[in-house]
Parts: sequence; structure tokens; C-alpha cells
Amino acid sequence: MFETDSSRHPGTAMLGALLMLAVGSCALYPAQASDHFRDSREQMIRLIEADVRSTSHYLKQSTLDTRVLDAMAQVPRHEFVPPVMVDKAYQNRPLSIGHGQTISQPYIVAIMTDLLDIEPDQRILEVGTGSGYQAAVLAEIGTRVWSIEIIPPLGQQAKTRLQRLGYNRVEVRIGDGYYGWPEQAAFDAIIVTAAASHIPPPLLKQLKPGGKMIIPVGSRYTTQQLILITRGENNEFVTRQVLPVRFVPLTGQH
Amino acid sequence: MTTNVQPRISIALISAAVLGYEILLMALFSLIQWHHFAYMVVSIALLGFGVSGSFLVLTRALFENNFRNFAVIQACLFGLSSLLCFALAQRLSFNPEELIWDNNHWLRLALVMLLLALPFFFAANLVGLALIRFRHSLARIYAADLLGAGIGATGIIAILFLVPPASALRIISFLGFAAAAVLWIECRGRLRGIIIGLPIVMLCLYSLPDAWTEPLISPYKGISQLLRVPGTRVVAERFSPLGMINVVESETIPLRHAPGLSLNSETEPPAQLGLFINADGPAAITRYSGDRADLAYLDDLTSALPYHLQTPQKVLILGAGGGAGILQALYHDAGSIDAVEINPQVVQLVRSRFGEFSGGVFDHARVNVQIAEARGFLQRATSRYNLIQFPILDSFANSAAGVHGLNENYLYTVEALKQALQRLDDQGYIGLTRGIKLPPRDSLKLFASAIDALATSGTKNIERRLALIRGWQTSTLLIKNGDLSTADINAIKEFCRRRSFDLAYYPDMLASEANRYNQLEASYFYAGAQALLGKQRDQFLHDYKFNLEPATDDRPFHFHFLKWSSLPELIKLRHRGGGALLETGYLTLVIALGLALLFSMLLILLPLIFIRQDTSRTVNYSSTRVLSYFFALGLGFLLLEIAFLQKFILLLHHPIYAASVVLGSFLIAAGAGSAYSQRFAGQPVSKKVTTTAVAIIIILGLAYLALLEPLMQYAGSWHLLAKILLSIALIVPLGFCMGMPFPMGLSTLSINSPSLTAWAWGINGCASVISAILATLLAIHFGFNAVILLALTCYFAAAASFPELTSN
Repeated sequence: MFETDSSRHPGTAMLGALLMLAVGSCALYPAQASDHFRDSREQMIRLIEADVRSTSHYLKQSTLDTRVLDAMAQVPRHEFVPPVMVDKAYQNRPLSIGHGQTISQPYIVAIMTDLLDIEPDQRILEVGTGSGYQAAVLAEIGTRVWSIEIIPPLGQQAKTRLQRLGYNRVEVRIGDGYYGWPEQAAFDAIIVTAAASHIPPPLLKQLKPGGKMIIPVGSRYTTQQLILITRGENNEFVTRQVLPVRFVPLTGQH
Repeated sequence: MTTNVQPRISIALISAAVLGYEILLMALFSLIQWHHFAYMVVSIALLGFGVSGSFLVLTRALFENNFRNFAVIQACLFGLSSLLCFALAQRLSFNPEELIWDNNHWLRLALVMLLLALPFFFAANLVGLALIRFRHSLARIYAADLLGAGIGATGIIAILFLVPPASALRIISFLGFAAAAVLWIECRGRLRGIIIGLPIVMLCLYSLPDAWTEPLISPYKGISQLLRVPGTRVVAERFSPLGMINVVESETIPLRHAPGLSLNSETEPPAQLGLFINADGPAAITRYSGDRADLAYLDDLTSALPYHLQTPQKVLILGAGGGAGILQALYHDAGSIDAVEINPQVVQLVRSRFGEFSGGVFDHARVNVQIAEARGFLQRATSRYNLIQFPILDSFANSAAGVHGLNENYLYTVEALKQALQRLDDQGYIGLTRGIKLPPRDSLKLFASAIDALATSGTKNIERRLALIRGWQTSTLLIKNGDLSTADINAIKEFCRRRSFDLAYYPDMLASEANRYNQLEASYFYAGAQALLGKQRDQFLHDYKFNLEPATDDRPFHFHFLKWSSLPELIKLRHRGGGALLETGYLTLVIALGLALLFSMLLILLPLIFIRQDTSRTVNYSSTRVLSYFFALGLGFLLLEIAFLQKFILLLHHPIYAASVVLGSFLIAAGAGSAYSQRFAGQPVSKKVTTTAVAIIIILGLAYLALLEPLMQYAGSWHLLAKILLSIALIVPLGFCMGMPFPMGLSTLSINSPSLTAWAWGINGCASVISAILATLLAIHFGFNAVILLALTCYFAAAASFPELTSN
């Protein structure tokens, strides 16, 4: 009963996968591989823009910060998914990365990053590195990222991947994210992508006045809502609960 | 082999194994995946019965005279496939959540269903061919089938108390082979084969690697997620028909479970153990040293609100779980604390195995933990309480994903809230805490239910008795047995202000006070509460895109929120961040019904082509009448059985007792009815007998519909054994009559048209599958009383279309 994802182009994606196989991890011809995926990436960006326009009511803006979209147009998402998923890397959907974890839907990554309102050179803490994709997007904008992953093999993979791809502005640590990264605090923004039963109080303390924290709530494959917490200049916390979709619960309201 | 040799014991054995297998598969898939998915997969797999009907139409002539060998092979194939198909199906790495993203998962789902249909197909072949082969004593064969099913339904529950599900699977598999052996003996086969064969099978089954049968739990379930964290391990495991319990310890990175904790909280929970039921959760067992200060975090949850309005002398907690609710009450100096927990193994674990860890909280001088089902406890209780707490018991992730949509729940119905109100002292409080869904669903529906409970209790100024607060994660609804005073309201405001919780409703609340700390796009909770209390309530319920109609005992589906009118919009938004709005529980049910209807149509209509070619005799039966009769019976039988199962849950108050008593009594009584009807089989009087049986079914059905509720209220305080006996006494006459029409109709056909017998067997199988899914869907929309009425109509329709000979 559900249609195929409209962003999916099996022909080109399959070609990409074959090309990857033919050149063996693209090490010899990175430029060709990168050119090929650029089309898919741009198509993904156009799709995100269209979705954002339809969700603008909730996001209180009609377009995303161009820096966020530019960054996502640069990050090679296909490098952050398992080899068998490469052909699906630029579809607007979450994908399994093993260990019971997923790489988030690009649309959700885009609006989460946008809601943080970040500027280049800001200091960002990420709790839940996962594949490292979110950190790479943040780094591409020009921020410095400290990222903590609780699952050792996942953290190790992300660390190696980010280094290999040249994301030197991201530092990955394996361990407990509850106490944040006190040595590097305070942060301009904190992004908590690992499921949390509550918001750890120590993390809130590591947020600068005026800083923002974002937490996606839901399952691994569907985001129910985004929690955006702003620390006011007088240290009061205000939370916005954002539905990542344009949906009003009463008929006749727009 | 002569026709007077009837393989009745083996039929009973295979039927017991089949019913046991069905219930076991539900248990296993609820553990490795989720309940709603288990329901869909098992429902569709039962179409194996329908396929068997078509298969027998085509092959009956080939196997009828070689019954013994055919039947033995089918029983062995059941034994083999029951184990192998499950092992394969759970290795298909199917993830229900990916259905909205990936079409490949639909293929995997189809494969899972196909694999699981095989064991049912083999077993149905055996029973179906036996009904044809032994057509002169068909009613006795059918009686053995029902009797076996009845024993299987209760037997598997007993087995699941004794052995883990993986071992139960081997027992079921062995039963298949045992049925083959018994059948061989019953049909005068040589004993030598059995003496050699059966021990070999036992040895093979025993020596199979554990990995084949061990449940492979989805990596997305709570326990799998926690066990990825370094230093975590399972420290206790228990199983029972109520589910698998796991306790997980996290040595290096502490578990910190405090859903709904205020952002202003400065405190960290003490050490905790994760408590998982069917791999879902966790709930927490918290270390308690006796130092009250360690529990300060429990004061920063929305559920702590009632304790700020008074210090209750007597508290009731409906769901002790790992003990968080009790600790919260102790922290707030509550006088005496009664806590109810349905699962004795949870109580035993917290009390004994982790007694020291939990500081003996279940044996605290002021705490009295009772093993009981919460609703049953409310009905029986004689004490009055200052505070009754309904804590969150279901896991957050599941609740958010809407997978509970088709679970009936008798704790959040209007009647349950009414009973809770009756158990309150004057000026006492009820606290109901739920996880927040956006847009609001759960909390507002409960608000609407509370309004109805107060209204039907005769309360006039309802709007002065309610308060609703929310954090970003949880909401707590407060109902007072009396008007909320100014002091109460000030305490609510102060509680929320200190914790940055939002006020959603209190008497005379101003709109400007809403939506301050956890800002939504609009004040949905405040506006919803106002609308539900106002004159525009009906319009609001109609316009709201989710179903907020209060749940009742007749429609106990609090967690069902999906409205058909919203479905097109929700499907459109599924890839644009709206996937979480789709209530997967309900949708799987709808998809299952669609699949069942589609396959049933094929399975019923295709064989008809062959039957038409086959029956070039002078006498025949109207295929329309045959179809109507057996389809109506298949629908009617299960609709009645399922609806009465729900009705009796309200008397027995325990899903496991109710399932064993109701299913067991229905099936065994139906078996007796079928055996009794043998004397009329194939005779002209059989139509009259059927009509009489149906008339009794309709009269009893209508009588129960009218009398069950008052009777259950009257017997509410009886001892459990007396209640069980009462249930059996009520079910047996109904079940006895329900066992007669099927063999009566089938015997009539079998004399002149064995092909039609096989067809009718398939029709009945298909109708049963449709009926099981339909019962829940209809109950969600129209209530279980409507399901009973429909079932009785089906019986009436069946009686009116009893197959009769027509001349060609």
C-alpha cells in the first residue's frame, strides 16, 4: 500500500554501486565517484527543500539556512552507510548502519541542524556519533565538533571514517555521554541523537547562555518530534517541541 | 484398514499441537518483534488451513485410499516444519518499521507468512482428509479435532509456565511426530517402524543446536539496544505465559531511567537495573539504601504532582513494576502503600533476587505488594484511598509508535476510572501519568474519559475536579473526589513553576498561562481540554484528526487513535517526517484483513472450477448455499469465541486465566457437541438438529449479552475458583451447541460429494482467519457487543443456508 520513495533512482544508484565495485573503494579515482554521487546529492537537497517548504508552518521558516544545505551537498553520505546500502545512501530515508542503529533521514538531519542556528567556528557537542554523518555536516559548516559514542565498534568506525574523509574538526570519543565533555565545555550547541529517557542535567549545564540543544524523539526509523531547548541569557531553559512535519490536528486549520 | 478404525487420538494430538503452535508463535513473535506484528503474521499463517482445503479438492482422490501414509507424512511434515519454518522465518531479518521505507520488506513479510503457513497447511491436510476418509463418523473426527484444540489451548499455557518458549517449540514439534506414530498404530501400521523411528526423532530434536530455536530479538527492541552498551549483561531471566522477563545490569555506564524528569532537576537517579518484559522497556529497579535523599529525582517527575496537594495516608499504585511508584510514595512520606502487580515473577525478582539491591522496598513496613490484575483489584478492593496512582507501564517507544493500537486495555476505560473514583476517600485524588504524543492523543483521550467517568458518577461540577499538567515527555492528569481548592490550585502552579512543567488545565485557568515552558506550535493541550469540557465537545471530537472518543469496557482500545479520514494525509506525510503519526498497530490489522480477504477469495473460488468439472452427477448441492453455510459458521464460531473471551476477561481479570478457561471450555464443549451430533449425521433430521442448535446459540447469546454485565458485577468479589466455575458453566452450553452445525453440514455433503467436503473445509479455514482479524477491527469501532450480535447473525444465516441436495 505504500509507494516507492520518490527520491529513489535505482538506475543511477545501481550504476554508482557498480562503479564503486569496479574501482575498488574509489581510492584510485575519487574524482569520478564524487562527481557521480554529486547528482544524487543535489537531488536529495532539492527534495529536502521541497519538504521544508511544505513543513514551513511548523518550522516557522520557509527555507533552510543555505549553509546547512550547502554542507549536506558536500558531505559524501554514501561513505557513511554500509557498502550494501550505498545505492540507497541519497534516498530521503533512514538506513540501518548495524548495531541496531540508523543513519537519520537527510530531511531530519537538515531541519535539526538548521534549528540549532549555528555559525562557523562555534563549538558543538554531539551525544551519539552513530555513523558520523551529522558530525560531518556540522564540520562542513565550519564548526568544531566533539562527539561521544557509547557503542565502541560504531565509535571506532566513525572515528576512522571521519579521519579518512578529512573531517579534522571532529573529535570522537567512545564512552558515556551523560556527563558531556566537560574539558571542552561550554558549547554553543548540543545535539543528542542517542535515545535518552530524560535530558541529562550535566549536559544542560554545558550549554552556553543563548545556546541551543536539540533532541530527536521517536524510534530509529520515525522521528516523532524534535525537542529544541534554548538556554536564555538569564540561564532559564525554554523548550520548543517541533513536529518535523506540517500537520495540524484539527480539520479546517492551516 | 477398515472405516471403523478412526485415528481420533492422533487427530486430537495434531490439533492440540496446532493450537499450541499458534499461541506459541504469538508469544515468540511478540518477544522477537512486537505484538501487533505477531498478530498479523500468525493470523495470515492460519490461511494454511484454507490452502489445505483447495489442495484436498484437487488431490483427495489420489490420497483418500492411501490415507495412512499420507496422514503420517503430513504429521511428520508438521513436526519438521513447525520448528524449521520458525527458525528460518526469524532469520529473514525483517523489520516492520522499514515497511514504510522499503518495498523489499514487504517481500520479506510475505516470505515470513508463507513459511509460517506451512505447518498449518500440513496439519490441516491431515485433519481435512480424515474428515473425508472417515465421512461416516465425521462428527467424531471433528470432535477429536476440537477436543485436541481445547487441550492444546490450555496445555501450551501450562507448558509456558514450565519451560522457555524455545523448548516449548521442540515439544510442539515432537507432538507432530508423536501424532504420526499414534496414527500409524491407530491405522494398524507395523509397530517396528515406531519403535525405531520415534526415539530417533526425539534424539534429533533434543540434539538440535540451541541457536535454531532461540528467539533472535530485533536489534531495535529495548533490550537489544541496552545490551550494545559495554559492561551490560543479563543478570536474571524468567519466563511465563505473561512474557519473558530480563533484568539487565550495566556495570560501567549506569542506567539512568527517569522519563519525564524536569529540565530543572539537579539530581541523578541512583544505580538502577533495567527490567524488560518481552524485550521491551526498560522499567527500572532502583537501588535504595534507605536514604530518602537518593530518591529526590522522583519528585521532579510530573507524576509527583498529587503528593504536593496532600500527604496521603493511604496510597494505591496500580502497577508496581520495578518499584518506582512505591519509592516515589515513600519519598513523599505516604502513610500506607498498596501496590498491585500482575506478574508474580516481577514481584519475586524485586523482592528476593534483587531484594538487597532494592532495599527490600516490596517488604517495607508501610508497603503491601499484591499480585493481582489492576482492574480486578479495583473491583474487589474494599479500602478507600487518598491517592490512586496509574503509573506509566508500557514502554515509551512502543507507545509513541502506536503499536498498542489493537491491544485491549481495561485500565483506561471510563468504567475503570469510575471504579477508581469509588475507591477514593472524600477529597482523594487519582493521578494518571502518560507519555506525551504529538499532536496530543493519549493525554486528551484520558481527559475525555475522566470527564465521562465523573459525569456517569453523577458529578455536577466536573470542570472543578480536573487538572492536567505536562512536561516535554509526560503528562499527569489529576482527578479529585471533590472540588479543587484555591490551595490545591496554588500548589499545582507552584509545582509546575519550579519544574518548568506546563499547566494544561485547572479550573478557571487563563489561556495566557498555557504553553509557556514546553512550547508547542499552539496550546493544543489547553485548547483540547477546554473543548472537551465545553459545549463544542462533539464538534471537537469530530474535527480532531485523531480518535479521542473515550474507551469503554465494550470498546477497550484506549491506544487506538487513528481515524480513517486522516489516513490519506498521514500516508502522504510518511516520508516527510510524519511516519510517527501513522498508527502501525491498527494499520497492520487492516493490512492483515485485506490480505486475508484477498487470499480467501482465491482459495475459495479457484477450487470451484475443479469441483464444477468433477461433479457431473445427477445430484448436487448449491455451491452458493455451501459457501454461505460454511463461511457463516467459520465467521460465527470465532467471532463468538473472541468476543466472549473479552467479556470473561472482565470477570476473571487475568488475560492468561481468561484465555485458558474460555478457549479450553469453548473448544472442549464444542468437541462434545460434535461427538453428540454424530448420531444425527447424514440423516434427514440433521437440518432440524442444526436449526435447533443455532436457535439455542442465538437465545443464549442474546441472554448473555443482556445478563453478563450484571452477573459479573454480582460475582465480582467471588473467589477466583468460583468465578472460573461460573465461566465454565456459562460457556459449556453455548460451546456444546456451537460444535454441532459444522459436522452436521459436512456429513450431509460428504455422503454425496467428497470434493465439496474438502472445499467446505477450506472455506471454514478461510472464514476463521478473516473472523479473528475482523473481531478486533469491529470491536475497535463498534464494541464487543456488536461482535456478538454479528456472530449470532452469522449463525442465523448459516441455519438458513443449510446445504440441501438439488437435482441437476
